[in-house]
Amino acid sequence: MSISLDAEACVGCGGCMAVCPGMLLEADAKGKAFIRHPEDCWGCAACVKACPVEAAALYLAAEAGGRGGKLSARKEGALLHWKVTRPDGASETIIVNSQNANSY
Amino acid sequence: MRLETVTTDILIIGGGAAGCYAAVHAARRSRARVLVVDKAAIERSGCLAPGVNAINAYIGEGRTPEDYVKYARHDAAGIAREDLLLSMAERLNAVTCDLEALGLVIQKDGAGRYAQRGWRNVKINGENIKPLLAKAVRSFPSIRVLERVNVVSYLTENGKIFGAIGFSLTEELIYVFHASAVLCATGGAAGLYLPNGGGSARHALWYSPFNTGAGYAMGILAGAEMTTLEMRFVALRCKGTIAPTGTLALGAGAKQVNALGEVYENRYGLTTPERALGTRMEQAEGRGPCALRVESIDSAAFDALRKAYLNMCPLQALSWSEKKFAAPSSLEHINFETLCSALNGESEFHPRLTGGRRGFALSAAGQFQSDIALEVEIECTEPYLVGGHTASGYWVDIKRRTTIGGLFAAGDAAGGCPQKYASGAMAEGAIAVEAALEDIQTAAAAHCPERLVCKSRDEMLRFLQPGKALFTVDELETAMQHTMDAYAGGMGAGYAFNMAGLGKAEVRISEIASMSEELRAGDMRELKRICELRERLVVCRALIAHLRAREETRWPGYGRNDDYPEKSAAWLRYVNSVLREGRVEIIFRDMAGEKERL
Repeated sequence: MSISLDAEACVGCGGCMAVCPGMLLEADAKGKAFIRHPEDCWGCAACVKACPVEAAALYLAAEAGGRGGKLSARKEGALLHWKVTRPDGASETIIVNSQNANSY
Repeated sequence: MRLETVTTDILIIGGGAAGCYAAVHAARRSRARVLVVDKAAIERSGCLAPGVNAINAYIGEGRTPEDYVKYARHDAAGIAREDLLLSMAERLNAVTCDLEALGLVIQKDGAGRYAQRGWRNVKINGENIKPLLAKAVRSFPSIRVLERVNVVSYLTENGKIFGAIGFSLTEELIYVFHASAVLCATGGAAGLYLPNGGGSARHALWYSPFNTGAGYAMGILAGAEMTTLEMRFVALRCKGTIAPTGTLALGAGAKQVNALGEVYENRYGLTTPERALGTRMEQAEGRGPCALRVESIDSAAFDALRKAYLNMCPLQALSWSEKKFAAPSSLEHINFETLCSALNGESEFHPRLTGGRRGFALSAAGQFQSDIALEVEIECTEPYLVGGHTASGYWVDIKRRTTIGGLFAAGDAAGGCPQKYASGAMAEGAIAVEAALEDIQTAAAAHCPERLVCKSRDEMLRFLQPGKALFTVDELETAMQHTMDAYAGGMGAGYAFNMAGLGKAEVRISEIASMSEELRAGDMRELKRICELRERLVVCRALIAHLRAREETRWPGYGRNDDYPEKSAAWLRYVNSVLREGRVEIIFRDMAGEKERL
């Protein structure tokens, strides 16, 4: 289970580092976020939701059946725009309104 | 190393659901100084970090708290304290209303009542439950929050607590906390057993891998009485992602089916442990892999289901999307992939498994045009210790006082009160701080003897001394997990154990604990990892003693004692323990007095 961090996109705001419940995210010499022990990630997606530039993305470990897709998120008011990027680069956006309860 | 002393009235160790709610409850009722210490940041710490999809403990229309007590005792095969359950259940609805007042979105029906899922659940948007609780905590000036601080030991003497000691994870700094009352809200223990996935999936766990059993370990080492550690929790989850299955079963009406397409859940029963056991039985008898199947779901309903998962376990939604995109026909055949591809070349489709179902087509936007059957492969996890689901934890009185004076416990750390879930954990936090506030008014704050601080400090600092160990923390953790897996009823042993194996486990865990003495940390984060390993080893040792003590099989869904494979009425009693002079001493407590305590 882990996340990937896009160093080019990362603006070094520290938002992900602040929320990681495992304190796994650190700043590199340029102030960009990186994960020292990817295998220690729980996959909670706290960092993904905290990232303002969609530089943090969740992926499913190969051992857990992962196929190389990634999940990032962008917040717009009450709306969370989840973006699934499939292995071939195509993507899909799923918008969740935090003002609506689950239907299940 | 620098040492900072902080004095407070109530020290809350752990800022998860129970700890945050306890702090808010105390701040609303008093001017007492409250200090919440967390090893991460309270916005996303604890087991609710990813979110939660429902309030799972609620008293629905026409039901009573007594109904909840009955349900929880039945699920725990009788090993649950009625007094604790009732005092918790009586507060569930107030906690739920309060969460709504704090900003939690709860679905309403046409009459403005909470929309229910069964009689015990209400539907919410729980993605942001922790940020909402954290915001409430931070709104009170009487609450101080200290984050990225790892508490490792209580300061106790003669059965009384003076505070606790820990260290910063960001600088070389030791914290000594002096408090009139201490609430342990650290959560339960993950990572004791070999998990489903290894390598990069080693933390694909049901429960937070950052909940390392610190609260149990500190209590055990301080001589607190613990209860029912032998009642481990095994979850039934979606394979690979380890995502919740309750949403599919309770919310979407999915049935458990085996590889032959037969619904098997009715053969075994529908309680949590029965669902888990049934799945393992089917697999053991050659009818796996098993799955949860929704007979018919349309595109809009599937979209809603995916959103529900995004709010509590985004990995499952990602997994569906990956598979859906991988091949247009794959959505219907989410499970059985290995079997099907072996039988049928490249295709994930196999007529024997899916015969008779309607076909469907995906539009360019990823929508499907006609209803489909949805199947998700399921598997059981490794065992955990978690007082919010089973009854493992501190032995407490109805006010959540532990057997150590001044020390309280709530949430997953507190025993005797299973099926409390998030709302029940918060209810316990409220009960505990009410009692703590009362107690500290009458008891004068005691002075902590300096030698207690020195002793605990030196025990921490020795791991920062120069030196090099042959083994790493990771290696010893894996050694511990292999030991527990093989000899103490892990997945690899089919959740079964016997006295001979437990004897081996006891010896090996003790050896690993000795080896862990040699570990050395280069910085504070490495020190945290050493402490977490050692906490788990303390918990494993006590757990093994509990497993040996209960000479029956009370919860076949969670494990089987091969020397005593049957349930016995004589064992309708509590197995408790206390560490005395380095030995785990077992105490049996009978059920008599349940009524008197009410």
